[in-house]
Amino acid sequence: MAEMMYREALRRALDEEMQRDPLVFLMGETIAERGGSYKVTEGLLQKYGARRVVDTPIAEASFTGMAVGAALVGCRPVVEILFVDFAMLVMDQIVNQAAKYEFISGGQGKVPMVLRTQGGAGNGLAAQHSQSLEALFYHIPGLKVVMPSTPADAYGLLKSAIRDDDPVVFIEHKLLYMTRGPVPAQEALVPLGKAEIKRPGRDATLITYSYMTLKCLEAAAVLEKEGIDVEVVDLRTLTPLDTQTLLASVRRTGRAIVVHEACKRGGVGGDIAALLMEEAYDDLDGPVLRIAGRNTPIPYNLTIEKACVPSVQEIVAGVRGMV
Amino acid sequence: MANMVAEEEKATIPEAVALEIYRNIYATRRFELRCIELYRQGRIRGYLHPYLGEEAVAAGACAALRPQDYIVSTHRGHGHCISKGADLRLMMAEITGKATGYCRGRGGSMHISSKQLNHLGANGIVGGGIPIAAGAAMGIKVRQGDQVVVAFFSDGASNNGVFAESLNMAGIYRLPVIFMLENNHYAVSTPIECATGCCDLAGRGPAYGVPGICVDGNDAVAVYRATLRAAERARRGEGPSLIEANTFRHGGHHVNDPGLYMDPKLLQEWKARDPVAIMQRIVADPVKIQAIEGRVEAELEAAVDFAAESPEPDVAAFLAEIPD
Ligand SMILES: Cc1ncc(C[n+]2csc(CCOP(=O)(O)OP(=O)(O)O)c2C)c(N)n1
Ligand SMILES: [Mg+2]
Repeated sequence: MAEMMYREALRRALDEEMQRDPLVFLMGETIAERGGSYKVTEGLLQKYGARRVVDTPIAEASFTGMAVGAALVGCRPVVEILFVDFAMLVMDQIVNQAAKYEFISGGQGKVPMVLRTQGGAGNGLAAQHSQSLEALFYHIPGLKVVMPSTPADAYGLLKSAIRDDDPVVFIEHKLLYMTRGPVPAQEALVPLGKAEIKRPGRDATLITYSYMTLKCLEAAAVLEKEGIDVEVVDLRTLTPLDTQTLLASVRRTGRAIVVHEACKRGGVGGDIAALLMEEAYDDLDGPVLRIAGRNTPIPYNLTIEKACVPSVQEIVAGVRGMV
Repeated sequence: MANMVAEEEKATIPEAVALEIYRNIYATRRFELRCIELYRQGRIRGYLHPYLGEEAVAAGACAALRPQDYIVSTHRGHGHCISKGADLRLMMAEITGKATGYCRGRGGSMHISSKQLNHLGANGIVGGGIPIAAGAAMGIKVRQGDQVVVAFFSDGASNNGVFAESLNMAGIYRLPVIFMLENNHYAVSTPIECATGCCDLAGRGPAYGVPGICVDGNDAVAVYRATLRAAERARRGEGPSLIEANTFRHGGHHVNDPGLYMDPKLLQEWKARDPVAIMQRIVADPVKIQAIEGRVEAELEAAVDFAAESPEPDVAAFLAEIPD
């Protein structure tokens, strides 16, 4: 095991995959010369050259469309969209083109591309740089959606995403880039569609992903002191969703709370709650709860920004109220 | 920049206009420097993109507008806001996230707007404001008003599809909009030469039937004159104009970017053509200059105090407004 930062783990994944497969290439704004705003692609231009590490103009819709085209002729492009908020500019290419191509071509073509992007609140960046928009992609058949919470997962999942033959939307969290954690010294892939139990427990299941996994683990540590033993399931990929791990956990504990930073309305949590109702109703001791972001744009001011996303206290209170 | 009109000269503009322009250039310069200090003290968070070095573009353009005319701004928007007549107190309160700010502390530096000033808003999305400006011009046409709209944006935004589409439509409908392309030669760290195969940005206008001209963006009078001509043209119903104002940032892309990638020789050359100094030479009267500077300093300190003393937004009231 090696200790590294989330962003270093991402870089290592890109580096290894570029080394392994000459058809992997990167496109995005200031990713080459400057190494990316979050330093994920630092050093890759020097190593792989300007043919495979490409700085683009501010032309998200078109360079994402170019990734679709390059994927169709056999490459494995990884595009970086600096903020998931800006991914709203590329919705046609992702939703209408990338996600549909295999289907509408009757299976003749595949779009093995990755759209790496980053979301979440917490840095005072206000309403157009702080959103959590995964539900939009989760809703679209034909896309895979990955949201790692740890350096090891970031590393292993990005490698799998690059090797995957479908378009993958890979959403990082801005508060995770500098977090540290162990990453296997040997090459290790994390398969898409496998949740991980980040903390086993008997009394209730917290179902979560991305940065909120850290908040749930903190909440679990608080609850442990009160004798409440919480299981934390990190979904890691939203599509494909690991319903097996999820259902098995809830069947064991009988109680479930879905926790995510994205707005509650229309969020992934509602879908998971419905799934639990349909598949595990008889095993539940009570209704499935959702703890999620408020249904509001994220404000600039720090105090009200904090009030928009779930806190550890809120998760703790939610669990206390149900056990 | 080949066809740039060098226009720094003892200007034949009304003195009142020259004084207004100098006030706005100087106020922007001092405001930005003060914001950087406040950022270092932790009183401003998030993104802060100083307009240092580019002050003459906004000051020159806005001096050619009437209060009822509209502007659309960018992430680097403090200069546009000040030159449109903003109250520095409300700006500073917004940028420090206070309830008394222009947007109640919800928007911050990147999202200041003011209905009262007909300032339709800064923008966190590069290029996001360009179609909004064209749309405001469309609205004016529908309402049969005589206002014009100035869309401020920079070279980076001009490489986004919305620029081409908006220019094209403004050309079709002869909209009263002025596309003010502040060519500061960089999009973050990407020099314009690396972001387009043809650096004649003003030349993109004629491709859509929109006249395009190039001016020295550090010379506020040149920008003022070009904007005045474009505004008159728009009011005559002859449609949009594209103005490429050449300028340069005095530092990095944002407050935490040292801008080491910037060519030091070029930076030095541009700094030697400081918009503050150029406008001082045009105003020429040291007494008037001093009087303006004194007033700005007092206003600025009052703004900082006002922001410091202003309350934070109320969390409970904020949450109570949110629908389930
Ligand atoms: C659609 C979009 N893409 C990327 C960004 C990130 N970004 C913020 S400012 C900026 C550079 C903008 O360059 P330019 O338009 O030249 O404006 P300048 O900063 O020079 O004023 C970039 C890429 C963004 N905010 N919006
Ligand atoms: Mg620029």
